[in-house]
Amino acid sequence: MVLPAEIRSFLSEAGELSRFTGRFFSQAFRPRYELYEFTRQCYLIGYSSLPLIGLTSFIMGLVLTMQLRPSMVDYGVESELPSIVGIAIVREIGPVISALIFAGKIGSSIGAELGSMKVTEQIDAMEVSGTNPFKYLVVTRVFAATLMLPVLIILGDTISLYGSFLGVNIRGTTSSHLFWTQVIDSLAFSDVLPAFIKTYFFGFAVGIIGCYKGYNSSKGTEGVGRSANSAVVVASVMVFVIDLLAVQITDLLGLN
Amino acid sequence: MPEEATIVQSDQLISADAANAVSILHLYKSFGNNHVLIDFNLAIKKGESVVVLGKSGSGKSVLIKCIIGLLKPDKGTIAVFGKNVSEIKEEELDKLRAKVGFLFQSNALYDSMTVRENLEFPLRRHWIKVSQAEVNKMVLEALDDVGLAHTVDMMPVELSGGMRKRIALARTLILKPEIILYDEPTTGLDPITGKEIIDLMNDIQEKYNTTSLIISHDMNCVRMTSDRVVILVEGKCYANDTWDRLQQNKDPKVKQFFE
Ligand SMILES: Nc1ncnc2c1ncn2[C@@H]1O[C@H](COP(=O)(O)OP(=O)(O)OP(=O)(O)O)[C@@H](O)[C@H]1O
Ligand SMILES: [Mg+2]
Repeated sequence: MVLPAEIRSFLSEAGELSRFTGRFFSQAFRPRYELYEFTRQCYLIGYSSLPLIGLTSFIMGLVLTMQLRPSMVDYGVESELPSIVGIAIVREIGPVISALIFAGKIGSSIGAELGSMKVTEQIDAMEVSGTNPFKYLVVTRVFAATLMLPVLIILGDTISLYGSFLGVNIRGTTSSHLFWTQVIDSLAFSDVLPAFIKTYFFGFAVGIIGCYKGYNSSKGTEGVGRSANSAVVVASVMVFVIDLLAVQITDLLGLN
Repeated sequence: MPEEATIVQSDQLISADAANAVSILHLYKSFGNNHVLIDFNLAIKKGESVVVLGKSGSGKSVLIKCIIGLLKPDKGTIAVFGKNVSEIKEEELDKLRAKVGFLFQSNALYDSMTVRENLEFPLRRHWIKVSQAEVNKMVLEALDDVGLAHTVDMMPVELSGGMRKRIALARTLILKPEIILYDEPTTGLDPITGKEIIDLMNDIQEKYNTTSLIISHDMNCVRMTSDRVVILVEGKCYANDTWDRLQQNKDPKVKQFFE
């Protein structure tokens, strides 16, 4: 049977990416550990995306609340607004929107940075300078992305809920105490935990795909642009795929 | 065929002898159907300065990348100080690489780092235990050698092409390597700066008795730096002799380089 070219290239790409991921795991837990570079990347990756994620989260919380209010009023459950918004943000919208913004910002910058290092032979230069470039560049960035995205998402969710609090108070008044009590009461541990765990996978996916695309960049500046672009596209799709898998798995485990 | 004296006989040339800084034996390297190196042989003695001549795309850069272990040969052996580059372990290879300087054709300066950080990088990575004061001193010394001490806190993008080449050279020389592989050290430089680089290369050669392998199109550079010239044609070491003798050679494939 002959597969169409698109399917074949998709499969070979998936195979290459798996091989790259395998290489990551085989190198990540063996010395030498690039701790300094890892902390630097955590700072760069976390700090540089915080304003953007904060802003988008705030707007999303605010808008979501304002959009939901009319229907809630119609059904006469306006007082449940904080609970509904809380569940929506913490379980689904907060993590996914932040992960998409993160894929756009960090996935593309990793892809472009490693891509241009590749085509200008900087990666080769590192290798001859007694450095394993895979450990120095890839392992540090993937770990940094994996650890920083959950932190960013927790901050983003919180900011989002503040946005929602503002939205609730645009019409009608709810005290801050009442708002937060309602939000927290509506969230069970089984809502928060799966939502939190999947954020690590989002972060890992963005990091590894950005690095894979950059590290395998083809020659020339056009290749670098293409790496950055496809890093964002593939990472964004992966975020949704992981989200889908996560909801199935939590279902199977009876956590819903 | 080239004349008698320049005919290359691989067997007489090579033994993976520790007296040779570099011995390359029956080296093959292809990329898909593109057969770049086909049974290439070369030996470089310690302290010798060998220039490789060849047309663009003939595989000169591929050759020196194989020597430093950035590319894996398909077949054949490359021994540097008697050690087979494609077989030794990573740690050992790193130790070997600390003794080998590599000047990239594209300079390969790290563009997210300042000139100082660029020069510190190989120092810090190869010799982990070295004090900051010592590092600073070595960085300034290396920059002084190439006449660019004032650029120490600049970024590579702020430098001209020729300055970048000189910074890259300083970064190559900072570890005081025993073998230096130069990939087109004078390309893109004006004749005066080119001459300075050539003088610098010769100074280093004399001062530290380094072994050099130089790739160049610049006949001035070839004439002034080479003890021996090797001509790479169709993936093979086609001719191998001193500059003066090759210049007299009547073989058309040799002659074209000297016109
Ligand atoms: N990484 C690679 N993948 C595929 N082909 C390559 C690769 N590197 C080099 N080649 C091919 O090997 C051949 C020799 O390239 P190389 O860079 O060694 O040429 P060169 O002799 O250094 O030329 P120049 O003088 O222009 O620098 C070229 O045909 C090139 O296409
Ligand atoms: Mg070249």
